[in-house]
Amino acid sequence: MRSPSSESPRRIGSDQILGMATGSKIAIVGGGLAGLAAAMKIAEAGHEVDLISVVPVKRSHSVCAQGGINGAVNTKGEGDSTAKHLDDTVYGGDFLANQPPVKRMCDMAPQIIYLFDRMGVPFSRTKEGLMDFRRFGGTLHHRTAFSGASTGQQLLYALDEQVRKWEVAGKVNKYEGWEMLSLVLDDHQVCRGLVAMNLQTLELKSFAADAVIMATGGPGLIFGKSTNSMTCTGSATAACYQQGARYANGEFIQVHPTSIPGEDKLRLMSESARGEGGRVWVPKADGDTRNPRDIPENERWYFLEEKYPAYGNLVPRDIATREIFQVCLEGHGVAGENQVYLDLTHIPAEVLTERLGAILEIYEMFVGDDPRFVPMRIFPGVHYSMGGLWVDFEQRTNIPGLFAAGECDYSIHGANRLGANSLVSCVYGGFTAAPSAIEYAKNIERGRTETNGIHASELRRQQEINDAIIKGSGGENQYKLHEELGKVMTDNVTVVRYNDRLQATDDKIRELQERSKRISINDSNLWATQAVPHARQFQNMLELARVITLGALNRNESRGAHYKPDFPERDDDTFLKTTIAEYAAEAPVLSYEPVDISLIQPRKRDYSSGKKTSPPGTADRPTGVKETRPNDPANKEEFGVKE
Amino acid sequence: MMDGSHHEKRRLENPPATIKFKIQRREREGAPSRYETFELQYRRNLNVISALMEIRKNPVTVEGKQTTPPVWDMSCLEQVCGICTMVIDGRVRQSCSALIDDLLLASGGDTITLQPMSKFPNVRDLKVDRSRMFGHLKQVQAWIELDGTYDLGPGPHIPNEIAQERYAYSRCMTCGCCLEACPQYDGDNYIGPQAIAQARLFNMHPTGRITEEERLNGLMGDDGITNCGNAQNCVKVCPMNIPLTKAIYETNRDITVDALFGWLKK
Repeated sequence: MRSPSSESPRRIGSDQILGMATGSKIAIVGGGLAGLAAAMKIAEAGHEVDLISVVPVKRSHSVCAQGGINGAVNTKGEGDSTAKHLDDTVYGGDFLANQPPVKRMCDMAPQIIYLFDRMGVPFSRTKEGLMDFRRFGGTLHHRTAFSGASTGQQLLYALDEQVRKWEVAGKVNKYEGWEMLSLVLDDHQVCRGLVAMNLQTLELKSFAADAVIMATGGPGLIFGKSTNSMTCTGSATAACYQQGARYANGEFIQVHPTSIPGEDKLRLMSESARGEGGRVWVPKADGDTRNPRDIPENERWYFLEEKYPAYGNLVPRDIATREIFQVCLEGHGVAGENQVYLDLTHIPAEVLTERLGAILEIYEMFVGDDPRFVPMRIFPGVHYSMGGLWVDFEQRTNIPGLFAAGECDYSIHGANRLGANSLVSCVYGGFTAAPSAIEYAKNIERGRTETNGIHASELRRQQEINDAIIKGSGGENQYKLHEELGKVMTDNVTVVRYNDRLQATDDKIRELQERSKRISINDSNLWATQAVPHARQFQNMLELARVITLGALNRNESRGAHYKPDFPERDDDTFLKTTIAEYAAEAPVLSYEPVDISLIQPRKRDYSSGKKTSPPGTADRPTGVKETRPNDPANKEEFGVKE
Repeated sequence: MMDGSHHEKRRLENPPATIKFKIQRREREGAPSRYETFELQYRRNLNVISALMEIRKNPVTVEGKQTTPPVWDMSCLEQVCGICTMVIDGRVRQSCSALIDDLLLASGGDTITLQPMSKFPNVRDLKVDRSRMFGHLKQVQAWIELDGTYDLGPGPHIPNEIAQERYAYSRCMTCGCCLEACPQYDGDNYIGPQAIAQARLFNMHPTGRITEEERLNGLMGDDGITNCGNAQNCVKVCPMNIPLTKAIYETNRDITVDALFGWLKK
C-alpha cells in the first residue's frame, strides 16, 4: 500500500519521487484550501495521500471566501512590511494568539500569494500588469490580493487543479462523498488512521495512515444559520475532541458585521465592500421610511466613521459587529428593524462591477435590489471560529500522528480574525502541517497496527453507533432539535454574552443531548440517506456547543469577539491565556495555558483614536500604524460600545 | 417607499396562501421514478432549498401520506459551489438561488416542479453524480505546470484585460448546467462546453500556453470539440455568464491553427 505508484507519473517527471521507496501514506480529512495545500505539498514530496471529503473537493466551503488574501508585499509604496502584518494580526486578535506561528504565517504570506499567481489565479491587476492589492479591516495598508470578489473560489480552484494533476500521477487518492467518523487510535493513544462512512451506501471503511491531517473547517452549523456552508458542522473535529484531542479557545466565534439575513442561511456580504469604500449608516431619525437615496447626507448617521475616525468602516469585525448590533438594539436600525445600510452607491457602477461583481450579484440575486444603485441592508451573522483543535507551532495536535490546519485549528487568529487572513492562514496551516506530518511519518514504527485489530474494533464501534441511530424510535425529530440548538446558541453565545444566559444555554444543550438519544430518523430508505449522517453530526455538534458555551461562561472578561457587558475590560492578569477543553463524559474539563507573547508586548486595543486617513483607493500614510495606536489612557472606552 | 426603477425588484403582489412542490422521486439509480407533491404555507423570502428543508423535516404528501424525505445536495447556498443544481420548472439551475416568488411570478401558478438533472446518473431523488465532469478536467489537463511549489517569486506580468477575461472562465463551478442543456451532450459522447472553456482558461495564461498542445489534444478525439452543434443553449443557462460559445469558437480556431502550422514546431 505504501509502495510508490507503479505507474510512472510521466508528466510530473521527477526521478526523486520514483526513487523514494519508503514513501509514507498520509490521510487528509477535508479538501478545502488547507487540506488541498497539504495534499499538494505531500504529493510533491513523493508521498501518498488519501484525501477524504464530504463533498467533491472543488465544492468545499473555501469557495465562499470573497474579499481576498493578505500578504505584505508593499507594492503601493506605503512602507508595509510583514512585521506590520504581524502586528495588525496580533493586535486585531487582542493578543490571544501565540505570536511565533503568526510571524511565520506573515513572513510566508507574500510567497503564498506569488505561488498562487504562478498557478494562474486570475488576480485583479494594476495598469502595469502587476497584482493589485486592496484595503481590508484592521489595517491601514493595501495588503489584500484579490480576484474579483470570489478570491476563495479562485484560490481553491488553483489548488484543486494542482491536486488533480497529482491524482492523475497516482499520488493522491480522493474519497469524495465520504465523511470521517472517528480516529483509529492504538493502545498508546497514537493515531493510526481513521474510520469514514460512504454517504451513498453508508459503508464504513477504515483508512490506515502514518499520519492524519484534519482540515475540516469551521462549525458554523452549531448556530443553525450562519454564513457557513451546510458542510460546516464541526463534526469531525468534535469526534477528535471526544477521542482525546484538545480543543482550544472554542468560545471565540466571529460574528461578521455584514451578512444578508435569509430563511436558510445568512449570506456573507464581504468586507471588501467596505475595503472598496462602502459606508455603513442609518437614518438619524428613527423609523425614517424614506428611500435611502432621498435622505440627505446631513440626515445620515455614519456611526463607524464618527467613532473610529482613523479606521472608519474598516475597524476589525468584532468592533463593527458590536456597533451595528448596539445601534439596532437601541432602535436606530433602518425602519426600526435589525438592519443597517451598507452603501456603495457613491462609487461608479463600472468600478463596482469589476472589483466586487461577484458579491453584488449575490445580493441582487437573493434580495432583488441592485447594490450599485440601492444601499444594501445588512446585519451581523455567525461567520468563523477562531477556536479549534489545539496544535503546537508545527500544527501537531496533542495526539501523536494527528495534525490540524485551517479553520479547524485554533492557532493564528487569537480572539478575533482580521478579514483576508483566513485564506492565508489556511494555506500556511496546510504548508506547515504537510512537512510536519511527513517528518513524523518518517520516524514512526509501522507494521503492527494492521494486525492487532484496532481498525476492526473501531469499525465495529462506529457500526454500532450507526445501528443504534437507524433503530432509534424515541420520536424526536433531528431537524427540529437542530433548530432549537441554533436558536439558543445564536441568542446567547454570539455578540453579547451574560453568564446567567450562558448557564441556561448549557442546560439546554444537555437537555438536547438527552433528547438526541431519542431521535427517530424519518427515512426508511437508507440509500444515500441524509438522516443518518445528520443525526451523527448533530450529536457531535452538541459536544462542541458545550465547549463553546462553557468556555464563554468561564471567561469573565471581554476580549476580541468575546464580549461580556458585566466584565467589559480585558483582563490580562487572569485571561491572557488559551482556553483548553478536554473531553469528559459529564462536562468538558477546562484549563488555561499561557500565551506566547515573546514578540509583541500586549497593549490596550483601541481603534477609536487617530485621525481620518486618506480615503480608500489612494495611498495611505506610510507611518500610519504607529500614530493611530498610542497607548492612550485618555481613551477609556476600549471598544466604544455603549452599555 | 421605494420608487419603481429597474434597480429594484418586481415583487409578487398577491401570493397564494399555499404553494405546492411536485418532486420527482427515485429510490436509487435504476429504480423507477415517480412524483410526489408536498404543500407548504407561503412565506416571503423562501427559496427552493428552504422549502426542501421544510419538507424534509416532516415529509407528508398532499394526500396525507407519510413518505421518505426527499434527498438533494446542498452546500454553500450562495450559488458558488454548484452542488445544488437541479431542474426547476423545466429549467436547469441552482436551487439555492431559485426564489419562490420569482418562480411563481414566472409561471403564474402555485406549483413548482423539481427534477434531477437528466444527463447524469441519478443517485436518489434530486441527487446526481457529476464525477465525470472532474474527469473532463483531467482530459484537458486543466492546470498550470509548475516547476515546484517552492518560492520562485511572482508569476508573469498579465494585462488586467486578460486577467478579467480569464476570471470569467475561472468562475466555472462545474455545476453541469451547460451539459444538461446541450442537445449534443449525452453521457460520454462529447466532452462539452465546461471542459472546453477550462482549456481556454489555461491556454490564455502565459505559462499555460506552453502546454497548450496537450490541452488541445484532449479536445481532438471522438468526444472532442467537433461534436458541438452550435445550439448555443450552454451560454443561455450558464449561471456564471461564462462566454462558453466564445471559448468553443476560439479553441476551435486554435486547433485549426495548430493543425495547419503545428508541424513547424516539431
